[in-house]
This record gives sequence, structure tokens and C-alpha cells, in this order.
Amino acid sequence: MKALVGALGAMAACAAIAQQPRSPAEEIERYRAAIGEANPAELWEARGEALWKEKRGPKKASLEHCDIGLGPGAVKGAYTVLPKYFADSDKVEDLESRLVTCMVTLQGFTREQARKDPFGGPGKKVPMDALVAYVTAQSRGMKMNVSLDHPKEKEAYELGKRIFFYRAGPHDFGCVTCHGSDNQRIRLQDLPNLTKAADAQRAYDTWPAYRVSQGEVRSMQWRLNDCFRQARFPELEFVSPASIALTTFLAHSANGGTFDGPGMKR
Amino acid sequence: MSDPMKIRATMVGDKVEVKVLMSHEMETGQRKDAKGATIPAWFIQNVSATCNGKTVLSAQWGPAVSKNPFLSFRFSGGKPGDKVVIAWTDNHEDKRTDEVTIA
Repeated sequence: MKALVGALGAMAACAAIAQQPRSPAEEIERYRAAIGEANPAELWEARGEALWKEKRGPKKASLEHCDIGLGPGAVKGAYTVLPKYFADSDKVEDLESRLVTCMVTLQGFTREQARKDPFGGPGKKVPMDALVAYVTAQSRGMKMNVSLDHPKEKEAYELGKRIFFYRAGPHDFGCVTCHGSDNQRIRLQDLPNLTKAADAQRAYDTWPAYRVSQGEVRSMQWRLNDCFRQARFPELEFVSPASIALTTFLAHSANGGTFDGPGMKR
Repeated sequence: MSDPMKIRATMVGDKVEVKVLMSHEMETGQRKDAKGATIPAWFIQNVSATCNGKTVLSAQWGPAVSKNPFLSFRFSGGKPGDKVVIAWTDNHEDKRTDEVTIA
């Protein structure tokens, strides 16, 4: 037994010499590089493209005439200007909200039907995740350029900023508790300091993302919903004005960054 | 009907490098759902790759392969323009076949 322990000790020593210890973040980067070409989000993109062109709903219409920011049918680069103010719905909308609007106006779904299944799960594929993956992928490599020219856009930004800094709930948490200073982490996950442009860009530019641990593509709406859950806030309703306001604040903070989604997360 | 595979086939030197992303749940049969009932096993069992009709890869998979699996391999004897066909069969007898032309 002693000899075995000795041998194991020697092996551990060799391994330590051969391999310099890396930080968890570096290990995760290495893992991403190793499977980077194989982002399963591409499967969602392909399914989303088919859904985009498919005639669905009571009106048997496709989403190909949906205006998601750059005019009806324009998908290329559209995600970089979202959220933005839309005159037809008279409100600021993010991508998910805009897809819901188009499902209602073009395809004839009721609003309840269109927003019934916002997130996929085990054995449950939902159209929203796939459409989000498809549309965002068409903005890959382009610079984020969210405007605050319209008063309602400015209003959403200011509201989102207040939500970001607002502390509440049983733990007196706010977004800013985890995302307001450098070098914070939850377990092994380094958290971006979203009050700094570089961190905000890196974070926003890689969502939506395929979560390896969940085997699903997760949208920005999901990300915020889960942040609210972790901070013990009341549930953030899907495509609610609060969720869009917070997205506007985060997206504008990431302006100038090159969009690189759908990304891949642990 | 399952979703299409994403296949890339490119020349790397004199060999053809094929990269395949498959869409599949790959349930192990070991997991339980929220009610405690076992989720039945559901996974890809056989994978084959052919180049112009000739088999270049044949594999038997089990439940240890991940969800939405990624397969990468190289073979010799292919050239640009050749057609690579990937096919899988799972334990529910569901099948999927997709093809790509070597770039």
C-alpha cells in the first residue's frame, strides 16, 4: 500500500511539472477552443432558418416579411440595432419581443400562443430558441450599434439602468451586486463587470449561446430570466417591458463590440 | 423526423477531413425525470460514412456519447467534388441520412 501511495505521489509530481496550473477560466477557454468549430447552436440556426421560411399560424404566413429592425425581411445585421423603437407597435422591442409581434401580426397567432413556450428544455424544442439562433447568427461579425435617438429608446435605457442598479429581494441583491466590480465569480464562472464597456461587449456579444451543461441554445431573455431567479427577484416575465429595458441598457453598453453569437458557454 | 445534420468536408493535405454535428437527445437510460420514473434509453447506435458509395467509416455507438454529438474523422482517397454521405440509425429505428460535397 505504501509503495502504491509513493508511486501515485511520484506520478502526481510528474504531472505537476509537465503541466503548469491554469486558472479555471483558462481551462474553460481551452475547452471552448477544442470544440469551438462544433458549436451545436448551428443545429438551432438551421432549424430556425426553416421555421423563418415556413408558413405557420392561422394566416399561413412565413416570417419573411417580419421587420426586425432594418425593414421587412431584412435579417442580415438586424440584431445589431436591437432593441429599438418600432412605430407599428409603438414600443421599444428586443428580438424575442419583435418575433412575438410578427407571429401575431403576420401569422395570426394570439399573443398568448406566441409567447407560451419561450424556452426549450429536455425533450422540448421550441420555435423561439431556433428563430433567435437563426436571426442572431446573421449578425455575426458585425458591430453592435444600438441607438437611443427616440425618446422611448432613451426611456427604456434609463429604466434598464435603474433596474441594473436596483437592489431588492431577500438577499438585497441587484444585477450590480455580481456585475458591478472586477474579478467576481460564481463558483468557476468569471462574471463580467457590466459597468465597463470591454466586459459588457464580451458578455453581450456572445449571447445567445449554446449551454453545454444544458444541451440547449439559450436566448438573452432566458439569460436575464435566470439572473433574476439567481438574485431571488420576482420572475422576469418573458418579453416584459422590464426585460426589454434591461436588454436595452446592456445592448447599448456593448455598442462598438463585434457581435459573435450564438456563442458557446459551459 | 429528426433535424438535419451539419456536415463539412474539406481537403487537408491529401486527406479529406469530415466534421459532422448531429442533432440527437442521446438519452442514456440512466436518468430519471421529475417524477422519479426512468427516462428510456434513446441513442444513436450505428453511424456510417461513405464516399462515392464506398464505406470509409462504420461505427457502433452507445449511450456514453454526448447529446448533439460531434464527429470528426479523416480518410484518404477522396478528392474535391466527391460526395460524402453520413447516415445514422438509433435504437428507436429512427434514421437520418445527409450528404455533402467535398470542398
